[in-house]
Amino acid sequence: MTGYAVAEMTRATGEEAALVAALKDGDEAAFAELVDRHTPSMLRVARGYVRSHETAEEVVQEAWIALLKGIGKFEGRSSLRTWLFTVLINIAKTRGTRDRRDTDVEILAFTGGTVDPARFRPANDRYPGHWRQDEVPAPFPDTPEGSVLGNELVAVAQRELEKLPENQRLVVTMRDMLDLDSAEVREVLDISVANQRVLLHRGRAAVRQVLEDYLRESK
Amino acid sequence: MKSDMDCNQLVELVTAYLDGSLDSKTRARFDEHLLECEGCENYLQQFRGTVDTVGKIDTATIDPAFRDRLLNAFREFR
Repeated sequence: MTGYAVAEMTRATGEEAALVAALKDGDEAAFAELVDRHTPSMLRVARGYVRSHETAEEVVQEAWIALLKGIGKFEGRSSLRTWLFTVLINIAKTRGTRDRRDTDVEILAFTGGTVDPARFRPANDRYPGHWRQDEVPAPFPDTPEGSVLGNELVAVAQRELEKLPENQRLVVTMRDMLDLDSAEVREVLDISVANQRVLLHRGRAAVRQVLEDYLRESK
Repeated sequence: MKSDMDCNQLVELVTAYLDGSLDSKTRARFDEHLLECEGCENYLQQFRGTVDTVGKIDTATIDPAFRDRLLNAFREFR
């Protein structure tokens, strides 16, 4: 991490501690600032559990009320965001209507690779396990911000993200959309280092595959 | 194609590679493989592109009425 990034993070952490202290004193402006900062991400995560935007808003509201009730005891051992997300997910789970699978089952059920094995050369080939001639990946094209193709790819990625099993969707959403780091995600979801990585890798690989398919078809 | 890591192994290590969590020996094998394999170099580029694309999905916005509801909840609570 660069010195600048560390300084930036320290500043953000210090600032958040000041907001939390103000909130403990009942400062409404501090509450509004925290709401504006964290609510969009919370809504996004809540939507991973419940079907309607209205229910997601209710879940997010409950999480904020839980914070107001518990703020006196909040000691800042974890970041406020980690605390909020952990509470949010516990509330969302009780309201969730989506199909859910246990994390371990989700991982165990998966025995193959994340890329179609038919794309690689067989064991009796001169180069076993290497890309077949006609299956070698081609680079994705550059898509400038706001370009038609770029927007299409974002939409394709969003649809696929929606289809992922719950824990894969949550990990990819938190890591790649909301920029949480792996330690935060592990704490929020209470999963191991290995599980976090497997879920992230499988989720990303599934999205990569649909993007590749889309680009091949639109050629 | 003489690296001792095959393409079908490399593709499963990409997330660990991007997170910097491969041990140095495995990372070196990964890097060596990339030098001599265009397919895997492209696969890594696709994977990075995928992460970037997911990062561009809009995060939800707060509906002003919902924001007011939260602030009202705060006032009631206080």
